[in-house]
Amino acid sequence: MCETCGCSVTSGNEAIAAQPLHEGVTTVEVLDRLLAANDHEAAHNREHLDAHGVVAINLMSSPGSGKTSLLEATIAARGARLRIGVIEGDLETEHDAERIRAHGVPAVQITTGTACHLDAHLVHEGLHALDLDALDVLFVENVGNLVCPASFDLGQHFNVALLSCTEGDDKPKKYPVMFRSADAVVLTKCDLLDVLDDFDPERAEHFVRELANPAPVLRTAARRTVALDGWLDWLDSAVASRKRG
Amino acid sequence: MHELAICRSLLDQAEAIARTQGARAICSVSVAIGPLSGVEHPLLSRAFSVARCGTLAADAELLVEATAPTVRCRSCGETSVVSVDRLVCGACGDWRTDLVSGAEMFLMSLELEIGDDDV
Repeated sequence: MCETCGCSVTSGNEAIAAQPLHEGVTTVEVLDRLLAANDHEAAHNREHLDAHGVVAINLMSSPGSGKTSLLEATIAARGARLRIGVIEGDLETEHDAERIRAHGVPAVQITTGTACHLDAHLVHEGLHALDLDALDVLFVENVGNLVCPASFDLGQHFNVALLSCTEGDDKPKKYPVMFRSADAVVLTKCDLLDVLDDFDPERAEHFVRELANPAPVLRTAARRTVALDGWLDWLDSAVASRKRG
Repeated sequence: MHELAICRSLLDQAEAIARTQGARAICSVSVAIGPLSGVEHPLLSRAFSVARCGTLAADAELLVEATAPTVRCRSCGETSVVSVDRLVCGACGDWRTDLVSGAEMFLMSLELEIGDDDV
């Protein structure tokens, strides 16, 4: 990405960017990112979060991989030290927000109806429903989907992709757009590894590396708090790096 | 099926430009899409044929230019065209590469029908 203006023109694609596609006086060269309105709102969200000193983490995965369970375990382990808030994205129901609120943490539920992803506008509405001065970390639990959420910047500081051991260790290869964008990959339900003979965590990590992604691949089991150390260490350093910045 | 949302955004951008240019209609919309953008061409084209209805682009053609995933190796400096699920250096095999092309999602150009003064 261009560091001057944030556009995606690089030395590798500037030739196509400069090439007029059609002759004629009625052709208007544009060269603007699609989703410019979303990206503009995402930048606004990020400024708003920065102004309040809140670190935002976008959690993405397929449905049922354990995003809400990881959040519950994280709140139990770090709730006393970090002031946590959550925006929950689901097609329907308040169930996940209710689960989070039961731990004494503010949670805003966004129901998207049939939409398969959160976008920056929806998150903006969620931000206004939270007291950001009372938060250190905001988790955005995206709609369970390994495809669509990867294309939409929400204004987050970090992307975290979850992969449960019951899903298959080749998911990073099958969903490269999602796993390429992850700043951390969290393997969940690792307490089941003993009974699963077809999930190799090292193979999953190998496929993440093949996407040229240096993100740590962290093994967790949210139902056993002892198995959260790698994830909690990553979270602590992610929050510290933003707070320093 | 986020392609419909992307098409609506694309058409908003295109219509805003067309109005600025005083255009009567949009004849074609050219986009460049890389496979690592997360947008599928066939789905985008189908979504476009629905989303364009009732806009200045109601009869417009969507022209999609596909870009190839290309990486530059941090270790040996070589540039290679790679597959979407394996972004390792084609020359030395190191996975520490930078993507130089393949994640684009650009509105490149518009062909506009400019309104006649005597209409």
